[in-house]
Amino acid sequence: MMPPHLVVVGASLGALDALRALLPALPLDFPAALIIVLHRDKEESRDLIPLLKEDCVLPVVFPLDKELILAGHVYMAPSNYHLLVEGDHFAYSVDEPEDYARPSINILFESAAEAYGTHVTGIVLTGMRRDGARGLLAIERHHGTTLVQEPAEAIAPEMPRAALAAVPGAKKMSLVEIGQWLSTLRH
Amino acid sequence: MAIEIEDIEVPLLVEAIYQRWGYDFRDYAIASLKRRIRRIVEREKFSSISSLQEQVLRDSACMQRFLEQVTVSATSMFRDPGFYLAFRKTVVPLLKDRPSLRIWHAGCASGEEVYSMAILLHEEGLLDRSRIYATDLDQTTLNIAKEGIYSLGKMKDYTKDYQSSGGKAAFSEYYQAGHGHVMMRKDLSRNIVWAQHNLVTDASFNEFHLIVCRNVLIYFNSRLQERVQHLLYESLAEGGFLILGRQERLRLTNYESSYRILDRREKIYQRVK
Repeated sequence: MMPPHLVVVGASLGALDALRALLPALPLDFPAALIIVLHRDKEESRDLIPLLKEDCVLPVVFPLDKELILAGHVYMAPSNYHLLVEGDHFAYSVDEPEDYARPSINILFESAAEAYGTHVTGIVLTGMRRDGARGLLAIERHHGTTLVQEPAEAIAPEMPRAALAAVPGAKKMSLVEIGQWLSTLRH
Repeated sequence: MAIEIEDIEVPLLVEAIYQRWGYDFRDYAIASLKRRIRRIVEREKFSSISSLQEQVLRDSACMQRFLEQVTVSATSMFRDPGFYLAFRKTVVPLLKDRPSLRIWHAGCASGEEVYSMAILLHEEGLLDRSRIYATDLDQTTLNIAKEGIYSLGKMKDYTKDYQSSGGKAAFSEYYQAGHGHVMMRKDLSRNIVWAQHNLVTDASFNEFHLIVCRNVLIYFNSRLQERVQHLLYESLAEGGFLILGRQERLRLTNYESSYRILDRREKIYQRVK
């Protein structure tokens, strides 16, 4: 069964601290699937899962190719692949990096917007450069929900600023507010 | 609205290409296929997928460019060094006693991973008795692979990955550097046969002791993955090894007991019956 809602999250420099602040907010009955793209060095990302699990009551996994997307799960994009949403499952590609990034936040966000339309929330967190801006715009065009971390609070404000420039209507929130928003997400 | 139109256009385009040229993209994974088709429309300056279709039906040069761009992926030497480490540790000892080795690198793209494997086999004393069949569906890509010329700028990253893959020499021993480019040492490719083969439409062509098919099946939908994995199974000798990409999995419901897992993380399997 498809989860009723997808929350897609993009983060780069400063991501780990931001995620460790957000993940404890997720309740056991979290009604959506949370999918995270994080820019990391090629071989590093695998060590992240045990770390993030400490802060999260939900399962945190790297999905396999064509794996069904389930509510109440946190999915991480592994390094060196693009992760896409395709219908009710995940898909991968090793197409060239976009904006120097593989995984690319834009590719995840755009594919999620196309597959889930209004039932997507896109969140752009701290990071360098501007990956995520185009993807957030795609989510807005499909009438999904768009949230951006308050740049003043972000370790690297460049990415949230670029997202806000692309989607001026996105809600600016602190990490605490984003956490509250996630914890009260209902069907 | 535009999105709905694309969802009509993409299946029509791949059906048209199949009927006209015989290349079968009908069971490719749709999300990436759509992205790639969009990129081609942009680069070739068409106004829509439909106008690309009109041209690709009539113009073989346009079809060739489509083929190159719709199948292009970006790999690297010693991609996932951990895999090469695991291969040295778990598979190489089991290959040492074989008098000859037939290896199929299915979907070799521009050849980086084939040269990586050749270097590994060389260092393990196995290259001389190996024959590597490196196949791809696109001839232009194969020509790049065959030439073995890569950008000098990438060598720094490749050297790092070579070292963490368990490399035993200096990576620079394996290529000659020129103006902005490097050329892979010719003796590495002495036992490599580069050949056009389409996993979707072509049959098994030999029996192999090792099949490497990493990050190729991710571009196929579940149905096609199952079909191609059947083809790989049929092409693998009993006791032979199958290697998939890190995020891939075996889909052979009928054959699940036919493989044993040698390395779960690096997706190294051995056919046991």
